[in-house]
Amino acid sequence: MIRIGGFLIGIGFTVVVLWSFAVGAYNFATEEKVGAAEYEFHKKPKDVSFEHDGAFGKWDTAQLQRGYQVYKEVCAACHSLKFVAFRDLADLGYNEDEVKALAAEWTVPGIDQDTGEAITRPGTPVDYFPSPYPNDIAAAAGNNNAIPPDLSLMTKARANGTAYVYSLLTGYGEPSEELKAKYPDFSTPPGLSFNEYFPNLNLAMAQPIVIDDQVTYADGTAATVDQMSKDVSAFLAWTAEPTLIERKQSGWPVLGFLLFATILAFFAKKQIWSAAKPKKAE
Amino acid sequence: MSFPWAREYQPTNGLMKFFDEKLPLPRLVYNAVGAGYPVPRNLSYFWNFGVLAGFFLMVQIVTGVVLAMHYAANSEVAFFQVEHIMRDVNWGWLMRYAHANGAHFFFIVVYFHIFRGLFYSSYKAPREMIWLLGVVIFLLMMATAFMGYVLPWGQMSFWGAKVITGLFGAIPLVGEPLQVWLVGGYAPDNAALNRFFSLHFLLPFVILGVVILHVWALHIPGSSNPTGVEVKKESDTLPFHPYYTAKDGFGLGVALILYLGLVFFLPNILGHPDNYIEANPLATPAHILPEWYFFPFYAILRAFTVDFILSAKLWGVLAMFASILVWFFLPWLDKSPVRSGHYRPMFRKFFWFGLIPCMVVLFICGGAPAEEPYVMLSQIATAYYFLHFLVFLPLISSIEKPEPLPYSITEAVLGTDEDAKLPASDAAKA
Repeated sequence: MIRIGGFLIGIGFTVVVLWSFAVGAYNFATEEKVGAAEYEFHKKPKDVSFEHDGAFGKWDTAQLQRGYQVYKEVCAACHSLKFVAFRDLADLGYNEDEVKALAAEWTVPGIDQDTGEAITRPGTPVDYFPSPYPNDIAAAAGNNNAIPPDLSLMTKARANGTAYVYSLLTGYGEPSEELKAKYPDFSTPPGLSFNEYFPNLNLAMAQPIVIDDQVTYADGTAATVDQMSKDVSAFLAWTAEPTLIERKQSGWPVLGFLLFATILAFFAKKQIWSAAKPKKAE
Repeated sequence: MSFPWAREYQPTNGLMKFFDEKLPLPRLVYNAVGAGYPVPRNLSYFWNFGVLAGFFLMVQIVTGVVLAMHYAANSEVAFFQVEHIMRDVNWGWLMRYAHANGAHFFFIVVYFHIFRGLFYSSYKAPREMIWLLGVVIFLLMMATAFMGYVLPWGQMSFWGAKVITGLFGAIPLVGEPLQVWLVGGYAPDNAALNRFFSLHFLLPFVILGVVILHVWALHIPGSSNPTGVEVKKESDTLPFHPYYTAKDGFGLGVALILYLGLVFFLPNILGHPDNYIEANPLATPAHILPEWYFFPFYAILRAFTVDFILSAKLWGVLAMFASILVWFFLPWLDKSPVRSGHYRPMFRKFFWFGLIPCMVVLFICGGAPAEEPYVMLSQIATAYYFLHFLVFLPLISSIEKPEPLPYSITEAVLGTDEDAKLPASDAAKA
């Protein structure tokens, strides 16, 4: 009974799915293939390397400090960083007083302790980075209807994220001749910018890092567009996972111990099983 | 029940004697995974994965209970709470990555375990009940993993939940009210997140309960083995402890190196980047994908694209559930008296050149966008999947001529077995 029922059910599913296949194959064969510019000309992120890459990577704190400066002077105009608190900046190599001073440079929402009225006040280390907009509607209204995403987790929220952010920042330009020849209808609507590292090629964010020396670095590093883009990408890798280096460093002793224990376990197993080794029949 | 030559537990000191008389827990352990459990002496490393699955279940329960202490099942704050665990909780990042990758490894070892069961026909008499309970465990794992993936309340959490709960809407007549009732609204929101958290906490303990039944059922006939020949006598077996505890210890070491290597160095490699974007009901991701361990079943769900009496969506849902339910009937579909694939030439060909490529294709198509050629490939593979289990397997088992089996496990291991030369009636006595 089970086998007859199973046979019928099996044949039933097969017929139905092959019917889907036949219709799909017919459509596939007869329909005209429509290519898409964003499918063909979207590029994978550039190859770029950072101090914190690899199993032995470490934060380049000077670079993170520069990246913080780029975020503060460029990105923060539109993008929030809501999962990061000022106290976290201590990771970047600042001491307690420096963190307090950095926090105080920001204005955060507060409450007047005497009247209870909503006010703004200078930030303290326990505060989180403030949002540049009071709400999403204000954010969308000021940006061509596209809400600038929060950047805290950006490098983890995209495939190969740190390289993606760097590529996007340095990837603005004009559509290539090849693209224009193949897709004459392709255009970049007003208010959007062409960027071949963005999935649909037209990005609502105008080029944020435009010219060299847009930021004046405190440590005297030459602030080229490439350098600033790289620095802020490294900074965002840190905001996405401040525990990255702690994680990799604690991994080594764990793996070392496990390797040792597993080798011991291997020889223990060999030793124990030698008692049960098949003895050749005489 | 066990073999007559199983060693008996002997309490060695007063405390153990006390326990043995009042509550024989030491005896239970001794008979379950100690020297009191005789196991075929020829098990390969494919027999390690049951113990490993039990280990990863415990990892999930321990890390999960700790995470629950710091998490809040509220759609307003869930995403933030997960980041709080990652950033502010001491070793919180370790707990969360251990839990997320623990789920991946739980599925990896369970898939090896199922693969072993399928190739060596571990589902055949007298082990049907072990297999049936195993399929129940797998279904519970799928439900638990699905609900766990919703908890971080990222984009894939939300949209995955929306797609999967939407499947209930395909049921005729009662579908839509049923879906609204199950989800607690028209789309997943706080009500859904809360009940998923509650069930995600409950189900692992249900799994643990079924695992206990699974192991209990195993100890009635004893473990299967690579030859598929049943244990005949003492020389066919070795006590579980120390032989298989040592072998499992080594296997556990290798599994832990791979698992913790991933946790510490590539913790997000098996996840989807979109789940680091907070859930947004107004922004649909370009491709909605489940976690990798659901890819083959997701491919079957999406393979039905054309209405055929019933809606295509309902066919997909039925086929997806049927693709796992069919495993419940395997003991009765495959009638071949030979268990091990090593002695079944025709079964072996269909297994390696049919079922395995079919699963690989389904896996790839399940993770690919719903476009050609993936859809057509997944349709062919889906057809093969059902034909394999429901048509080919029963047919093979009636027409196949199996290769000669060794007389006993002892013969398979040592090359000869003195008892094999005795007349059948004497061998039975020996």
